[in-house]
Amino acid sequence: MKRILAIMLVAVMALAAFSACSGETKNNGDEDKKGEGVMTHAEYIAAEKDAAVVIETYVQAKQSWWEDKATLYTQDKDGAYFIYNASCSQELYDKLVAGTKIKVTGFKGEYSGEIEIAEGATIEIEEAEPYLAPAFDATALFGTDELEKHMNEFFTVKDAVVEAIGQDDDGNDLAFFYNYNNSGEDGNDLYFKVKIGENSFTFTVESYLCDNTTEVYNAVKNLKVGDVIDVEGFLYWYEGANPHVTSVVVK
Amino acid sequence: MRKIIKAGLCHVMLTAFLFLLIPLGGCHGSAGLPEFRIPESFDTSRSFELSFWAKNDTNRSQVNIYKKAISDFESIYPNIKVNLRLYTDYGKIYNDVITNISTGTTPNICITYPDHIASYITGSNVVAPLEGLMDDPRYGLGGAEVRFDAPKRSELVEKFMDECVVSGMQYGVPFMRSTEACYINKTMVESMGYRIPESLTWDFIWEVSDAAMEKDENGLFKVNGQNVMIPFMYKSTDNMMIQMLKQKGAGYSDSEGNILLFNDDTKELLCSIVPHVVNGAFSTFKTTGYPGNFLNAGQCIFAIDSTAGATWMGSGAGHQDIAEERIVDFETVVMPIPQFDSENPQMISQGPSICVFNKSDAQEVLASWLFTQYLLTNDVQIAYSQTEGYIPVTKKAIESDKYRDYLTRAGEDSELYYRVKIDAVRMLLDNIDNTFITPVWNGSTSLRDAAGNLIESTVKSVRRKETVNDAYFEKLYSDTASLYRLGQNRADTASGKKELGALPGAAVTLLAALAAAWIVIGAYAAIRAARERRR
Repeated sequence: MKRILAIMLVAVMALAAFSACSGETKNNGDEDKKGEGVMTHAEYIAAEKDAAVVIETYVQAKQSWWEDKATLYTQDKDGAYFIYNASCSQELYDKLVAGTKIKVTGFKGEYSGEIEIAEGATIEIEEAEPYLAPAFDATALFGTDELEKHMNEFFTVKDAVVEAIGQDDDGNDLAFFYNYNNSGEDGNDLYFKVKIGENSFTFTVESYLCDNTTEVYNAVKNLKVGDVIDVEGFLYWYEGANPHVTSVVVK
Repeated sequence: MRKIIKAGLCHVMLTAFLFLLIPLGGCHGSAGLPEFRIPESFDTSRSFELSFWAKNDTNRSQVNIYKKAISDFESIYPNIKVNLRLYTDYGKIYNDVITNISTGTTPNICITYPDHIASYITGSNVVAPLEGLMDDPRYGLGGAEVRFDAPKRSELVEKFMDECVVSGMQYGVPFMRSTEACYINKTMVESMGYRIPESLTWDFIWEVSDAAMEKDENGLFKVNGQNVMIPFMYKSTDNMMIQMLKQKGAGYSDSEGNILLFNDDTKELLCSIVPHVVNGAFSTFKTTGYPGNFLNAGQCIFAIDSTAGATWMGSGAGHQDIAEERIVDFETVVMPIPQFDSENPQMISQGPSICVFNKSDAQEVLASWLFTQYLLTNDVQIAYSQTEGYIPVTKKAIESDKYRDYLTRAGEDSELYYRVKIDAVRMLLDNIDNTFITPVWNGSTSLRDAAGNLIESTVKSVRRKETVNDAYFEKLYSDTASLYRLGQNRADTASGKKELGALPGAAVTLLAALAAAWIVIGAYAAIRAARERRR
């Protein structure tokens, strides 16, 4: 019995990790039609901070669930919505597979620059064809004000060059840090620096989104300074662009 | 940064749940531990392996100091090996300790808070009392048989030692101490025509903060020319509420564990914050972001945070969490937190302490105590305190030439001698007698969380334009007490008289499994008995 339970748990976890970190995309081709009383993405963006908001969107990836609170990366065809600590039972969370359409009722928030639906929002699943947003190519937008308009969207960057994020105690260049200052260990968030065009940016493997069993986590651990990579992820914001990456391919 | 909040939220729920597990833990594993008695002498013919659980503020220097301390100690006592396990969150250490109490696998030594020790000691003989150890002429503080230059008891700051007295017993020793400080953008205050007073008051902060909300014809804030300005930001709203209540002489809790937080003074304080949330002059870390980031970007004038966070404060800080181009050049002044009564300043004392766990082998406990003493030596105390705005807990370190020299070198660089950090340290050294702590008892951690929640919830509600009136506060009190499982007093909490809500799924599964196991055992016994009878 224990073995069956363990196998089931492992299978569920593997499925969840795969759906979050595979970076596979598809598009159902239909236009989004909003229900009554539901905001468009433009209306959501225009709403004031702390205003009540109702949106319809599609789950792209699940970051975490704890004590009936879920954090989600979601997107419709017009833009993305980061949903932070929404009220969510485990039963509901299990049903939120990538592509699921949901209606979210809550308040708009901003935390360190990240526009989000603040803690405590409610989620309802809606019947609809699943939608996974294609990764939009943000290569030319990094370093421009235009990038912020795509906050939280699923994106890709081509031919980024890995730079040293710091040095070890012996002065050797490091291609990634555990935590922002290399104070962590395997299993913690990974930080790495890439040059896109003329500018450098710090990307993150969010360990709640993609833990140390995922392909992306291990790909980043194997990066070397000077590697040329293609990256996919969500355009999270923390005091500026702080992408949460889900795929790294060394060229 | 965001994970700090996540961890905090998780901690609230885990604390509440684990809190219920402690009495169960006392029934298993640790229940058999004998009362600790100091051995006649330390057995150097035996080898000991100790586990030491510590927190580093995601600061590599702190990790290296721990490692060096261990290495130095092991060279002095070659028969003792210390295994370091690092955490980035005190809440996680607490959770792991509680979990390990139930299996009898606590660490030997851990860095923790007195609030947490109060929970640990509800298990039987889980924590080693240090009273006798400290005064032992051979192995006590600075004792004759101690092989290094340990401080004597008289060389520890008495006030900090008292903070580790739980239920009348010395169950820990302080490791580092800090308080909160107000980091002020002096340049901006003066540009508005104000002068920073000798003693900072709440009235002054509110007045300047409200004035800073003025905008120009383009909708930008006049004071900084930006579209973001939150003049007053508070990192720890737990501390904010606790210190305001203390300054007002109002109730919070007492040493018996009676909960006095939900009173009219608290409501009055919450009401006093409301207008400044309405006009956007005040916000918190949990609501908006890290105060230091806003301060350094010229978007905040008064940022209150721990002195232990001083290395992140100011445009010259060595640690920055925002892009270089966003940092604004300004003069930072460090002051004690604002007061209601400047003649009688009150500020919280906080910081990590050290707890030694009891074991069945008294020699192992003695080895743990020797290492604990080593953490109080000048080498460790001075080095660790310099990593952030901490002060050493021994007069021996504070009065040493090395430390005095450190204090005189403020501003020589932006790391070790970072001026804002040393100013914060000096401020605390000047105010040790004005510091206080809140009573610790099993459950006081939840009360602290609840105090912060009152401010966070009020701020959130005001920002969302909810009606905040007497009925609101009545409900807020009730909801907060329920969320943090706080009865009117400790007895209620301990006896579980309060409605605790549905059990978590994992607990239900565990209980169901236990019940099923007993049923199977019972059935087996019955069948066996029947067979025996047949025979």
